[in-house]
Amino acid sequence: MSPPLALEARKVGMTFGGLKALADFDLSMREGELVGLIGPNGAGKTTAFNAITGVYAPTSGDVLVAGERVNGMRPHQICVRGIARTFQNVRLFKDLSALDNVRIACHAGSDSGFTSAWLLTPKHDREEARIRERALAFLEVMGLSPRSGELARNLPYGEQRRLEIARALATGPKVLCLDEPAAGMNASEKIALMELIRRIRERFSLAILVIEHDMRLVMGISERVLVLDHGVTIAHGKPEEVRRDPKVIEAYLGDAYLAEHSLELPEGGDR
Amino acid sequence: MGRLRLLLRPVVPFAVAAPMLWGLQVLAPQDVAIILVAIGVNVILAVSLNVVNGFTGQFSIGHAAFMAVGAYTAALITTGFREVQIAHLPVGISDAVIFALALVAAMAVASVAGLLVGIPSLRLRGDYLAIVTLGFGEIIRVVIENTRALGQATGISGLPAATNVLWTGMGVVATVVMARRLLVSTQGRALLAIREDEVAAEAMGIDTVGWKVRAFVISAAFAGLAGGLLVHRIMLVTPRMFTFVKSMEVVVMVVLGGMGSITGSIIAATVLTVALEWLRGLDQYRMVIYSILLIALMLTRPTGLFGTKEIWDTLPRWLGGRRAAGGAR
Repeated sequence: MSPPLALEARKVGMTFGGLKALADFDLSMREGELVGLIGPNGAGKTTAFNAITGVYAPTSGDVLVAGERVNGMRPHQICVRGIARTFQNVRLFKDLSALDNVRIACHAGSDSGFTSAWLLTPKHDREEARIRERALAFLEVMGLSPRSGELARNLPYGEQRRLEIARALATGPKVLCLDEPAAGMNASEKIALMELIRRIRERFSLAILVIEHDMRLVMGISERVLVLDHGVTIAHGKPEEVRRDPKVIEAYLGDAYLAEHSLELPEGGDR
Repeated sequence: MGRLRLLLRPVVPFAVAAPMLWGLQVLAPQDVAIILVAIGVNVILAVSLNVVNGFTGQFSIGHAAFMAVGAYTAALITTGFREVQIAHLPVGISDAVIFALALVAAMAVASVAGLLVGIPSLRLRGDYLAIVTLGFGEIIRVVIENTRALGQATGISGLPAATNVLWTGMGVVATVVMARRLLVSTQGRALLAIREDEVAAEAMGIDTVGWKVRAFVISAAFAGLAGGLLVHRIMLVTPRMFTFVKSMEVVVMVVLGGMGSITGSIIAATVLTVALEWLRGLDQYRMVIYSILLIALMLTRPTGLFGTKEIWDTLPRWLGGRRAAGGAR
C-alpha cells in the first residue's frame, strides 16, 4: 500500500491580467516523496509555489492538502493544514534570536489569546515549556543548537538557510516547499545541504517539493522532476528521463547539459 | 502551598506595588503628586502604544482618540453616579468602587472603539495605516465635539477629583505587567514576528490580521484607562485635550524610548513629561526646544534610546546588565 497523498494540485492556473503565469499545473505527492521543480527564469516555479502556499489564490484549479481543499485560504490557514515553506531570498525574523524564530513557528495554529499570557496560568507555563523544548529539538536537528541565542541577522548565510528550514519544519508540515535552498551556496555547502534534505525526508516522512537551479542537486535527490517553461509543464518524470527529453534540453538544460557531456556548442560560442 | 503560589503569582506585582504607591500617595506633596499623575498617565499611554507601534510594528497615530473615548465614558459614569452611594458602604469606599467601575467601563468602551477602527484599517500597512488611524482619530474627536450629550466643545466639567497617585500607579503597574508578560510569551512573539516580516509570519501560520487587531484593541483599552485617569485629575474633559498633537506626543515618547522597548517607553515618557513641565515657563518657545531635542536625538540615535532592547540589556555587566547575545527574551 502506498503512503497517503500529501499534496495534490489539479489543473492549477494563475493569471495576472492578460499574462498566464501558470497553466494546468498538475502535481501529486505522497508522503516521503521528493519532487524537484525546475525551469528557466520566469518559467512560473515560484508562482506555482505561491499558488500552493496561498500567497496568491489560484485563478483556476484546486489545491488539496491531505485531501482537504485549501485554495482560496489565507497562507496562515494553509500552513496550519500542513504546508510549510522557505523563501528564495531568506526571510527570517532578523532581529529575533534563532530560538525565537523557531518558537514562533511552533505557535502555528494555536489560538490561545492574550489572557493566558497575562494570568500566567499553569497551562500557559506548560505550553511555553513545550514550545521551547520543541524549538530546541528542531535547532538540534539542523545543527544550530550552539546558535540558539544568536540573532538571526548575525548568522552566516548557510546557517540562515538552515534556520529557515528549521522554522518551516517546526510548523509540523506534511509538505515542505523549499524555494531554491542552495541559492548562493558554494559547492561544499550544497553537498551538505543535499545530505540534510535527505535526512529531513527520512526523519520526518514529509513530501518535499524543491525549486532548484542547480541541476546536479535536483537530479541527485529527486525521485521525480517536473519541468516548467512559460507556465506550462513540459516534462514530468524520473530525472534520467527528463534529462533526455529534447524539449527540456531545448528549454532549460541547454548549455549546462552540453557542458556536462563535454559537447561543443553549435556555433562555437563565446563562453 | 504550591497551588496557592501558582494562584498568587499573577498578582504579585500589584501586591508589591500597592503599599509602596500608598506610601507615596501619603507622603508626596500636592505639586509633586500632580506631576507624578501626569507622568503615570503618559507612561500608560506610551507603553500601550508601544504594543502596536513597537511590538507589532504597525504605525498608529490615533492614540488620543481612544484616550478620549475612555475619558468621556468614565466622566459620564462618575458624573452620572455623583449623588449615588452604594448601600452599606461608607462614602469614600462607595466613590472608589464607582470610580473603579468607571475606569473598567472606559477600557471596555475604548477597546470596542479600537476594534471598530482596527478591523478596517489594519489591512493597510505603513504610511497608509498611519494616515487612516489619524483620520479615524480626528473623526472620533469631531463626533464628540458635535454631540450635545457630551457637552460639545465645552465638554463636561465638575468631575470628581478621584485620580491620585495610588490609582495612577496601579494603572501603570497593570499596563507594564500587561506589556511585559506579552513580550515574553508565545502570543507576544507572534506580534514580534509580524513586525519582523509579515509575509514570513503569515507563512508560518500566524493570522497576521487577527493578531494585529488584538494588539490594537489592547492598546486602545489602556489608552482609555489613561484618559479616564487624566480627566479625573484635572476634573474636566474637553475634546481639545485629544487632538492630533496629543497623539503625536505619545508617538514621540515611543520612538524616543525605542520601538519595542518597555523600559524605553517608561523612561521617555517620564523625561518628556518632566521636561515639558520644566519648560512651561518658556511658554511658546517650549515646543521649539522640545523639537530641537527630538531632532538631536533622532540624529544621534535613530532607533531611540534603547532600540528594541530593555534597559538591562544595555547596562554594563557590573550594574546588573544582562548582555546575553541577542537577549533570550
